[in-house]
Amino acid sequence: MSSITTPVEGQDPEAVAHAHHDPNLRHHFATAEQQFDTVKIGIWLFLATEILMFGGLFAGFAYMQNRFPEAFFLGHKHLQQGLGTLNTVVLLISSFTMVMAVHKAATNKRKQLIVYLCITIFCAFVFLGVKYIEYSTHYYECMLPGKYYCNPEDPTGHQFIFFSFYFMMTGLHGIHILLGIVALSWLLRRAIRGDFSSSYYNPVDAVGLYWHLVDIIWIYLFPLLYLIR
Amino acid sequence: MADVISAPFQSGVAPVRQRNYLTEPKGIKSWLTTLDHKRIGIMYLVSVMVAFLVGGVFALLIRLTLLNPAHTVFGHKLIDAQTYNEVFTIHGVVMVFLFIIPSIPASLGNFVLPLLLGAKDVAFPRLNLASLYLYWTGGIMAVTAIVTGGVDTGWTFYTPYSTSTNTAVSLMAMGIFVAGFSSIFTGINFIATMHKLRAPGMGWFDMPLFCWSMYATSLMQVLATPVLAITLLLMVVERVFRIGIFDASLGGDPVLFQHFFWFYSHPAVYIMILPGMACISEIIPVFSRKTIFGYRMVAFSSLGIALISFLVWGHHMFVSGQSQTATVVFSFLTMLVAIPTAIKIWNWLATLFHGSISLETPMIYALSFLLLFTIGGLTGVYLAALSIDVHLTDTYFVVAHFHYVMMGGSVMAFLGALHYWWPKMTGRMYNERLGQIAAVIVFVGFNATFFPQFVMGGQGMPRRYYNYLPQFEPMHAFSTVGSWIIAAGLFLTLGYLLASLRKPYDAPSNPWGGKTMEWLTQSPPVTENFEGQPIATHGPYDFFPVGTH
Amino acid sequence: MDWLRSLILPPEGSAYAGQVDSLYMFLTWLTIFFFLLIFGVIVYSVIKYRHKPGDVTPHWTHNNWLEFWWTLIPTIILIFIFFWGLRGYVEAEVPPGNAEEIQVTAKKWVWQFQYPDGNRAINEVHVLVNRPVKFIASSEDVIHDFFVPDMRVKHDVLPDRYVEIWFNPTVAGKHHFTCAEYCGRGHSDMAGTLYVDTPAEYEKWLETGGIDPNMPLDKLGAQLHDSKGCSTCHSIDGTPGQGPSWKGVFGHQVTLSNGQTVLADENYIRESILDPGAKVVKGYDNIMPVFQGVLRPREVDGLVAYIKTLGK
Repeated sequence: MSSITTPVEGQDPEAVAHAHHDPNLRHHFATAEQQFDTVKIGIWLFLATEILMFGGLFAGFAYMQNRFPEAFFLGHKHLQQGLGTLNTVVLLISSFTMVMAVHKAATNKRKQLIVYLCITIFCAFVFLGVKYIEYSTHYYECMLPGKYYCNPEDPTGHQFIFFSFYFMMTGLHGIHILLGIVALSWLLRRAIRGDFSSSYYNPVDAVGLYWHLVDIIWIYLFPLLYLIR
Repeated sequence: MADVISAPFQSGVAPVRQRNYLTEPKGIKSWLTTLDHKRIGIMYLVSVMVAFLVGGVFALLIRLTLLNPAHTVFGHKLIDAQTYNEVFTIHGVVMVFLFIIPSIPASLGNFVLPLLLGAKDVAFPRLNLASLYLYWTGGIMAVTAIVTGGVDTGWTFYTPYSTSTNTAVSLMAMGIFVAGFSSIFTGINFIATMHKLRAPGMGWFDMPLFCWSMYATSLMQVLATPVLAITLLLMVVERVFRIGIFDASLGGDPVLFQHFFWFYSHPAVYIMILPGMACISEIIPVFSRKTIFGYRMVAFSSLGIALISFLVWGHHMFVSGQSQTATVVFSFLTMLVAIPTAIKIWNWLATLFHGSISLETPMIYALSFLLLFTIGGLTGVYLAALSIDVHLTDTYFVVAHFHYVMMGGSVMAFLGALHYWWPKMTGRMYNERLGQIAAVIVFVGFNATFFPQFVMGGQGMPRRYYNYLPQFEPMHAFSTVGSWIIAAGLFLTLGYLLASLRKPYDAPSNPWGGKTMEWLTQSPPVTENFEGQPIATHGPYDFFPVGTH
Repeated sequence: MDWLRSLILPPEGSAYAGQVDSLYMFLTWLTIFFFLLIFGVIVYSVIKYRHKPGDVTPHWTHNNWLEFWWTLIPTIILIFIFFWGLRGYVEAEVPPGNAEEIQVTAKKWVWQFQYPDGNRAINEVHVLVNRPVKFIASSEDVIHDFFVPDMRVKHDVLPDRYVEIWFNPTVAGKHHFTCAEYCGRGHSDMAGTLYVDTPAEYEKWLETGGIDPNMPLDKLGAQLHDSKGCSTCHSIDGTPGQGPSWKGVFGHQVTLSNGQTVLADENYIRESILDPGAKVVKGYDNIMPVFQGVLRPREVDGLVAYIKTLGK
């Protein structure tokens, strides 16, 4: 029984040779390009799972809205469209800065990468801050999820269902923003340490994709919750 | 360029292999922080075997309780109705989420997939380790729920019972939520591995069929499990906050829960069976010494099953109050899913026919699979037919059907594959004679336990029943005795497998004469899997002398 | 072939049941056929193609003709089965206009019936043979399921809506019905008897309520303890359940939820049956169904007599 040890046909021998010295190359990959492509597949699959998870909530929302259209309409009027719009803009800006961050990582511009990561994190905090303001308002008006709802002005008797979904969906989304902040901070630390270069910026790319997804989910949430006709 | 062709049947040749993935690096910490897919696979294997044992003990308790209508053993009443309800719930939850779903993919799949592809590891080894820890965490949460209050909703958690009962439902649901992510990450890992880490020369249609079935399984794991996650989350939030989504008195809809739940849980049952089919596709060609018949159709049928599996969830709800139109559509689509399944059976039979067949333990389990899964699958057709399902749903017929496909199918395949890859994983041969005997005992016990349940169900014996009409006692008693036979066979299996570990390494690299790449390396493999990078120069089932085809 | 049918299916209570059984038996023979076919190929191959050293196996990779037919034929059979099942389903789902309507309310863990004339019953229902009957069912709590095996009908009973279950019983006699959706501790006790009466029997039942006038009262009470669902919540051996055990109650003092104590005499027992909310025993919830109008006076007498015998 024998097996092969020579370089493999179809692979650039220099890339393979270089691969053995590259500290960022995991041992089971033959080349950095193979590793990069694999990470991309992995993160896209992960995004698909997130879409399906939120998709369940969207389906549930649609079903309930269909059952209680008036309650949902009246409920949404208590949301502050201005703040919601502000949050949308903030997230869009953060997506843009994230794109720039990936670009800078890919072109070896370390300092600018750090700046863009900082702005992205800052935007995320702004988003959470605005949500905190909104949640506080709802708290004072006692427009809370499920059995804790006690706002007296509700002619339909079912507005609490709208708020149940509102809190679940924005809450889950907010948790994802929080996790995104953690991921971005990790990236920031590594960027400051000088881990990224044009030949290795997979994590920046991956977190970038995740961040865009979090943004896109908000792009669907915002009109659904705030702008119902 | 040197060629890589596996040698024909090897026996008695024992290469020096004291240096292998088991022996180095040493120490518990090296195991708990390992990134080696083989070590992760072994840890999963031990874990799912523990889960199987726990689930099995609860099964024996169920059957013992049903031995007679008075629930007595030697005059002593075992458990009351409430406890019984908790027992069957735990049996279901543990078996489904902690045993079967991870069993083949996470234990055997993790071990063997990179080897089959000629790769050094899976795509994301750290994610793999995270999967394992998530599984353990979820398992611990589930066990805690069992011990601190129990759960009595059935593994299906139907509302409004699950949102109103006082048992530890929320903790159990969150445990499954966590374990679900373990499943998702395994799926992501396998898909990426198959896309990017195949050995040079191995195109998609040169992969072993195990990989195709695991690919289809992984697609389902990735796309369906998140829906379970959100369903469980919604159920828990409903319990805690009374948000009103499933509670009729608040304007919610209990049937909505069922739609959410089965949207995952139907693909889940194919997540359970496709890995089993994956194993059968490996074992049958090797022990028939003949190439698999219809490689492409077997591969495509796996994808077909995965696709259609997302479209049939409503067949669990024909009498639940969903719309009649939906019911009719779901019945039709369910008939369709039987077609790719049947195709696989025909292909395996055609592989056997005119082969050169030997009946080692893996093959006995594979042949058991063919017979038992056939019964399971055909009884599924009964349940897909609308007027018949109205009579049979929620009876023991359904219980028998799913045990035939899950145990007669998946578990038989798992046991067969465990024996098939045991020499590779451990470097030891198990006792072949005992293996064959135990396989036959399990086969006999299985049929004794579950075949009467088809008859009971047809006669109107409902499922999840503590008390039953006296007319069913003989069949219940027979079924209970059958469960003891299964237990005997399985404990015997556990015994001789563990005993084999006390021997020195005696397994050759290729004890069965297989043509797939895992047989190229020593038993047990070195940590890096292969010495160098193997190249695929022939198909995975090319059982013919070199130069003849 | 009837011997096989009677082995694996319940008695047929209606013409519809007979139709369902035809498909069931077709599927059974089909299953047996395919199983034997597959079993045969396996056994034949294992014997005829037993491994011998030096064997050379043919290199068959595929066969388009064979694969085409073994895909097409099962497809046709499956579609045929689909339509046969659909036909039965459509019939079961569409009740005729002249069906007698009976209200059913499911609650943990009893079946409560109400007839068009207002009469009520628990865990038993009388219908006339050869007259279609439609049950309009709803639940007071969790999801239950009304299952009548002899009629081959079943449907979940939901808490927020009404569902219809109909059949035309052609076979007189006693038929069993039971709950078929897991609903908690008493799930497997939630059953009863469907009496399909001949016209004469039906008349008699309308008059006497089905009670044997010669049965001693305490024996009647013992029977009703089971048939009216009392046993789901009240034991007779001292074990507490959803309701207090009947053992040792009569003739003793009882503490109520409001702190008062009363003597459990005949009046107390009678009131507890007909208006259970009036006095609730301490430590129990006020969930007992009201039996006013459900039990005939003689039945109440029987229960009181029976509980008296358990008082020692």
